[in-house]
Amino acid sequence: MSSTSANSGILIIAEHRQGELRPATLELVTAAQGVRRAGEKVAVALIGAAPQALVSAVSVAGVDEIVTAQVSAAEFEPDLVEAAVDALIEARKPSIVLVPHSIDAFGYAAAIAAKKGYGFSSDVFQIEYHGDALIATRGGYGQKVNIEVEFPGQPIVLLTIRGNVYKPPEATAAPAVSSLSVPHVPSRVRSLEFIEPPPSDDVDMTAAEFILSIGRGIGEEANVEKFRELADKLGATLGCSRPIADAGWLPKSRQVGQSGKTASACKLYVAMGISGAIQHLAGMKHVSTIIAINSDAAASIFSVARYGVVADIFEMADALQEQSS
Amino acid sequence: MKILVAVKQVAALDEDFEIRADGKDVEAEFLLRDLNEWDDFALEEAVRIKEASTTTPVEVVVVSVGPEDADETLRKCLAKGADRAIRVWDDALEGSDPIAIARVLAAVARREAPELLFAGAQSSDHAFAATGIATAALLDWAHAAVLTQLNVTPGARTARFRRELEGGLLHEMETDLPAVLTIQLGINTPRYASLRAIKQAAAKPIEVLSLADLSVASEAVGESGSLSRVRRMYIPEKGRAEMIEGSIEEQAQRVLAIIREAAGGAA
Repeated sequence: MSSTSANSGILIIAEHRQGELRPATLELVTAAQGVRRAGEKVAVALIGAAPQALVSAVSVAGVDEIVTAQVSAAEFEPDLVEAAVDALIEARKPSIVLVPHSIDAFGYAAAIAAKKGYGFSSDVFQIEYHGDALIATRGGYGQKVNIEVEFPGQPIVLLTIRGNVYKPPEATAAPAVSSLSVPHVPSRVRSLEFIEPPPSDDVDMTAAEFILSIGRGIGEEANVEKFRELADKLGATLGCSRPIADAGWLPKSRQVGQSGKTASACKLYVAMGISGAIQHLAGMKHVSTIIAINSDAAASIFSVARYGVVADIFEMADALQEQSS
Repeated sequence: MKILVAVKQVAALDEDFEIRADGKDVEAEFLLRDLNEWDDFALEEAVRIKEASTTTPVEVVVVSVGPEDADETLRKCLAKGADRAIRVWDDALEGSDPIAIARVLAAVARREAPELLFAGAQSSDHAFAATGIATAALLDWAHAAVLTQLNVTPGARTARFRRELEGGLLHEMETDLPAVLTIQLGINTPRYASLRAIKQAAAKPIEVLSLADLSVASEAVGESGSLSRVRRMYIPEKGRAEMIEGSIEEQAQRVLAIIREAAGGAA
């Protein structure tokens, strides 16, 4: 095991879309501050067609340096991002590279690690050193267990970090800005356009404070109505998990979780018949009170819920209707 | 045209389970195995391309890295429309991370030379979202993740697709072929296999390959071929809800009380 390596510093790969910095980027600054060793610098890399435009957005406390790397495409194209990250790592020789665990990262982070043989793990929510050994913690088996992974002999470790775990820094700063030139590579996967999903419903899940959400457990489309009535009765906004929206039983605008609308204002969440896919759990765990109702006592959702009820959701819906009148 | 679909036999945990004596995984007897849900959508997408192609024949080959019990998952794929199934196993694969698995998948892809390699965007058990894209890197192929729509004409040199971003935004992109594409839930509606197809699949052969068959060194897989190593697995302390017991009426009463209290500020 190489306990002392020449590599030093933490490199954060910023994420942006349509000219805006993705908020997960700043969470990584806090993650970096938590794990960095004495004297290690934290650098943020901005990769894009006009990376200078994002400098002010990442000029926050905890960032020592900003490096801009210009590539030919304004939006995410994996070959260009990978070439830029390769060049940045080559030039800076960091010990840790942090990337948000985002849809973009799904498309390039593992490619960089596999190609170069860097230490790698994904969806990490805790990072620390035990002596000289870097330990990353992630979930396993549908988040029912935690797994500590290590990277013996790896001078560079690339990690994708789960969102909503670290609070972004609030104070601004004026870090040094430099630029790095990236070798030109052909882009085999090219960005064409963004398409906003049609607003099929006037509901704003991002503003809802109390959401009653339904999942696969409702069985069939005809049963949606029963839970809509229950939500109305309780004063909740009706939401759903991905399979319900995919099946078209409720509009996509009602889907909550990571790939659905971010239910950022939600304080009370009643999940009925939702077993809890990883993205759903990750997208809802900021909610202070989660009540999970599921007939399957082994459902993953019970590991993030504050209260759990093992019951038939239809009987429960009837009982809640009756008692709330 | 050939489409290779990488599938994983995932493991879900029983309600009660125990961590293995070495503290690095769950005891195998508490694991319930099934085809990874994302891979079911990936297979369906491949079979639909095959069925829609009237002029160019399309072959769909499924591959899985796993011990003999993964045959069950491969038979399920054959019943759902895959033409051939390949399983790769060697005891040296124990302890492999997604990158070590990707080395095997890349070797199979070199042997099969498909135009497209599909994988699930992630697996339901460990959710690395890494294996497919790592395989692409080892092959030096174009790659894209989390597709919710794909338009490919057999024989064409490019394909168009949409990937679904955070908050539901869609990104339309174009890729050169060959490519590795990882598939998101909802891209299609996977079919159920008919009883007849299940019976037929039971009689179909599954090609079993060793690392030697693929010229993959045993050091390239397992812990030595991985980019991370499990140090410890444990059950998180506060990872369990306070369970509300009692009759359905009693449970409902308590749920309503919690809702009223929490909704005091919320609703």
